[in-house]
Amino acid sequence: MAERKTKKETAPKKETTAAVKKQAPKKAAIGEQPEAKKEARVGVFICHCGTNIAGSMDINAVQEYSKSIPNVAYVDNYKYMCSMPGQAVIDKAIKDNKLTGVVVAACSPRLHEPTFRTATKEGGLNPFKFEMANIREQNSWVHMHDPEGATDKAKDAIRIAVAKASLLEDLFPKSVPVERAAMVVGAGVAGMQAALDLANAGIKTYLVEKTPTIGGRMSQLDKTFPTLDCSQCILTPKMVDVGRSENIELMTYCDVESVEGYIGNFDVTIRKKARGVLTPKEAEARGIVGGGCNGCGDCEAVCPVVQPNTFEEGMKPRKAIYIQHPQVVPLIYTIDKESCIKCDLCVKICGDEKRAIDLNQEDEFVKVKVGTAILATGYDIFPIENKTEWGYKRYENVITSLEFERLICASGPTGGHMVRPSDGVAPKKVAFLLCAGSRDNTGIGKPYCSRFCCMYSLKHAHQLIEKMPGCQPYIFYMDIRSFGKMYEEFYYRIQDEGAKFIRGRVSNILEDPATKNLMVYADDTLLDRPMKLEVDLVVLAAAVQPAADTNRTRKLFGVSCSMDGWLLEAHPKLNPCGTTTAGVFLAGACQGPKDIPDTVASAEGAASAASIPIHTGHVELEPYFAQCIEEKCAGCGMCVNLCPYTALALVEKDGRKVMQVTEAKCKGCGTCGGFCPGGAIWMNHFATPQIVAQIDAFLLGGEQ
Amino acid sequence: MAGHEAPPKREEGAFKPKILGILCNWCSYAGADLAGGGRIQYPPDVRVVRVMCTGRVDPLFIMKAFTDGADGVLISGCHFGDCHYLEGNYKAAKRLFLVKNLLKNIGLEDKRLRMTFVSASEGAKWGKVITDVVKTVEELGPSPLAELTK
Ligand SMILES: Cc1cc2nc3c(=O)[nH]c(=O)nc-3n(C[C@H](O)[C@H](O)[C@H](O)COP(=O)(O)OP(=O)(O)OC[C@H]3O[C@@H](n4cnc5c(N)ncnc54)[C@H](O)[C@@H]3O)c2cc1C
Ligand code: SF4
Ligand code: SF4
Ligand code: FES
Repeated sequence: MAERKTKKETAPKKETTAAVKKQAPKKAAIGEQPEAKKEARVGVFICHCGTNIAGSMDINAVQEYSKSIPNVAYVDNYKYMCSMPGQAVIDKAIKDNKLTGVVVAACSPRLHEPTFRTATKEGGLNPFKFEMANIREQNSWVHMHDPEGATDKAKDAIRIAVAKASLLEDLFPKSVPVERAAMVVGAGVAGMQAALDLANAGIKTYLVEKTPTIGGRMSQLDKTFPTLDCSQCILTPKMVDVGRSENIELMTYCDVESVEGYIGNFDVTIRKKARGVLTPKEAEARGIVGGGCNGCGDCEAVCPVVQPNTFEEGMKPRKAIYIQHPQVVPLIYTIDKESCIKCDLCVKICGDEKRAIDLNQEDEFVKVKVGTAILATGYDIFPIENKTEWGYKRYENVITSLEFERLICASGPTGGHMVRPSDGVAPKKVAFLLCAGSRDNTGIGKPYCSRFCCMYSLKHAHQLIEKMPGCQPYIFYMDIRSFGKMYEEFYYRIQDEGAKFIRGRVSNILEDPATKNLMVYADDTLLDRPMKLEVDLVVLAAAVQPAADTNRTRKLFGVSCSMDGWLLEAHPKLNPCGTTTAGVFLAGACQGPKDIPDTVASAEGAASAASIPIHTGHVELEPYFAQCIEEKCAGCGMCVNLCPYTALALVEKDGRKVMQVTEAKCKGCGTCGGFCPGGAIWMNHFATPQIVAQIDAFLLGGEQ
Repeated sequence: MAGHEAPPKREEGAFKPKILGILCNWCSYAGADLAGGGRIQYPPDVRVVRVMCTGRVDPLFIMKAFTDGADGVLISGCHFGDCHYLEGNYKAAKRLFLVKNLLKNIGLEDKRLRMTFVSASEGAKWGKVITDVVKTVEELGPSPLAELTK
C-alpha cells in the first residue's frame, strides 16, 4: 500500500522564494505580499491509474522527489486516487496534517478536477485550494517509451503545481438565477423532440428553425427502417403537437443573430427573415382583423415565377410564393425574395380581407432571454458530384438516395411511381452504391462512416422488390453495418427477398448515350475479380456533412467542432449531450450522423440535461473573475476596450479614475489581466503571482 | 513526424531544452489531452502551465521565463475565430508580435518564442507541434540568456 511519510522541512531553493515574494500580492489588501506562502502546507497525492501512469514512469522516484519540494508537508500515492478509498486518503491527510493545499498528480484536470475539488472540500478546505498535475494524458500516455523523460517531467509538473497550490486562495462560486426558458436551434426530429420534452416539463421553449417549416430531413423520407413505418405518419403528429404546444414559441424562417451572456442568462437575438406573408397574428398586430395567411394557396396558383422545389430535391417545380409541402407547420406561405418579380398578382388575389402579403416586408430582430440552449442543426448531403467517377449531375440516371426517397414517396414528384429521370420508365435493374463519399480517404470524400446509409439502402432495395416485381436491386458495399436493434435481422430479410450483394467499391460508371443505361465497373472482392454490370438506374448513398450554417451558429454559442465540422460534445462517453459552454447542449445529427432512434434518444437526453439548471433555479459560476487592484490602477482605461463582454468600466473613486469589474459579465478569460501595463488586474485562480510562481518553480526550482 | 512510434532517443549528454508551454484550457490543453488519449508519442521537454485563454498571457510571463533561463516558450490556443472567449487569441497574437520584437532587440532569437493554434480535436497535430518546437529549440541550442543568468 501507499507509503506514508511526512516531509522534513526543506529550505526553499535560491531565487524561488525571492521571485515569488516580489511578485505575490496577497488578497486581503490586494497588492501586498501573501501571508499564505510562508505557512503553506501542501499535500501531494500521486496516482498510479493502475498501470496507466505507473507503467511508464518511476512512481517511487517521483514520490521521493516530491518530499523535497518546498512547502510540501505530505506525500502519498495510491492505485486509483479518484476511487472512494483514494479520495478518503486525501480527506484524512488534510485533517491529520493540517494541509492548506492539495496537489493531485494524475489524469487531466479537464477530467477529474471537479472530483478532487470535492475531496478537498470533504477534508475541510476550500475546494479551490486544489491544483492538478497532469501526468497521464500529457505525460505517461505520450512518453510511453521514455520512462526517464516521463519521470523527470512528472517531478517538474508536481513542483509547478505545488508552487501554484501554495499561493491559491479561497474562492466562492457565485450563484446566479436561471431564466425559466430554453431555446432549441433547428427543428428537425431532434429539435422537435427536445422542444416537446422541455415544453412538457413546463419550460417555455423557443424553437428556432431557419427554413419556413419544421420537420427537417425526416419529413423528406418515405419509410423508415427497420420497421418500415411511414415517416410522415409518425412525424406529422409530432409536428402538429409542436405547433399546438402552449409552451413552445415556434420561430420558423428565423436565424440566430447573436448570443450574449452565460448559463442561466443567455440573451439571444433572433433575425425573423421577412416572409413577405403575414401570419394571422402579425396581421392582427397591423390592425387587419381576421386577416393573414390561412394557407389557401390562391397566391401560388397565380404566381408566374417557376423554380425548383428544394424539398423535392429539385424534381418538382414551385412558385416564388410557396410552401415546401402540404404538411408544413406552420401553414403559412413564404416568398422567395430572390426570384420574386413583384408583379403584385398574389397581393391582388389574396384580397382586401386577408391582406396577408406584404412584398416590402423587412427582416425583424427579436430579443429573448433563455437559461439554456440546445443545438439541433442536423446535416446536409455531401455534394456527391465531387466524386466525378460516378457521374452524378452528368448522367441523368444517377441519383442520390434522398432523391430516391422522394421518387418512391406517394406524395413525391411522381406520386410514388418509381421511374428513372431520363425517360420516365420504371427501372428493371438498379445499382445502389454504399459508402458514396463516406469512409473515403482520398481527400475528396469524408473519412467517417455516415452510419445510416447501409440501413436505408437495404430499405430502398426492399421497397423496389415489394413495389416493382421483376426489378432487381444490386447493392455494392464495403461492409454492411447493421448495428442497431433488429437491424441485422432486417439485413437477412432483404437478402432473403432477393437483393444481390456485391462486396466492392465502384471505380467508374459510364453512360450509354443512346439508351442512357449505365455500365457500372467494380471489383468483386469476394470473388477477387473485376466485374461490370449494366443497370438502368444508379442510386448513390451519399455521405452526409454538417448543415450549411452550422459553423456560424456554433461560434455564436461558443461550441467547438471536431475536425470534420460536427459539433463537439463535452465528453464522448460521460457527457455526450453537453458542450464546453455551460448551458449549451447538443441533440441529433449535428453531432455526427445518427439515425432516427439515436437522434430522438439524444434529443431526450439533451432536453433532460437542459432542464436541470432551469428546474434547480440557479447555477454556480466558476469564480474566475477579474478584480481591480485599485492602488495599482492608473485609470488608463486600456482594459475596458479589451474585454469582449463589456465587463469593465472606468469609475470615479476618491477623485481619480479606476477600473471596475461587473462580475456577472466577466467570464474570466484574463485578456484584461494579460494586458494591464500596471499589473493592476487580479485574475482569480490565475493571478499573476500564481503563474509567475509556476514559471519560477519550473525554471529555477528544480534539480539544477 | 509525431505518431505512435517513440521519438528518437537523444544521445547521452546531449542538450535537453527547457521549454515552457502556456496553453488555453479550451482548445490546446484539450488537444494535448486528446493526443494522450490517442497515445501520440512526442518528446517530453515541454512543461505546461494551463490558463483559461491565451489572452491571459502577459508578456511578463514570457520575459520571466526567458530571464529564468527557458530555452523556448510555446503559447498555444484556439484557432482564430474559435476562441472560447471570442477573440482572446487575436489579442495574444498581437502582443506576442511585440514580444518577439523585444526578444530580437535584446539579441535573443525570436524563434524561441512560438504561438500555435491547436484545437480540441487535433491530438495528432499537437504531437507534431511539440516535436517541431523541440527540434527548433534544439537546433538553436541553449539560450544565451540562460547562460548569463546561471
Ligand atoms: C436518404 C436518407 C434516408 C434515411 N432513412 C432513414 C430511416 O429510414 N430511418 C432512420 O432512422 N433514419 C433515416 N435517415 C436518417 C435521418 O434523416 C436522420 O436521423 C434525422 O433526420 C436526423 O434528425 P435531426 O433533427 O438531427 O437533423 P435534420 O433532420 O437535418 O434537422 C435539422 C433541422 O435544423 C435546421 N437547421 C439547420 N441549421 C440551422 C441553423 N443554423 N439555424 C436554424 N435551423 C437550422 C434544418 O433546417 C432542419 O430543419 C435517412 C437519411 C437519409 C439521407
Ligand atoms: S488597463 Fe489596468 S491600469 Fe488601465 S484602467 Fe484597466 S486596470 Fe486600470
Ligand atoms: S477576464 Fe477581463 S477581459 Fe475577460 S471577461 Fe473578465 S473582465 Fe473581460
Ligand atoms: S480560449 Fe483558447 S485561445 Fe481563447
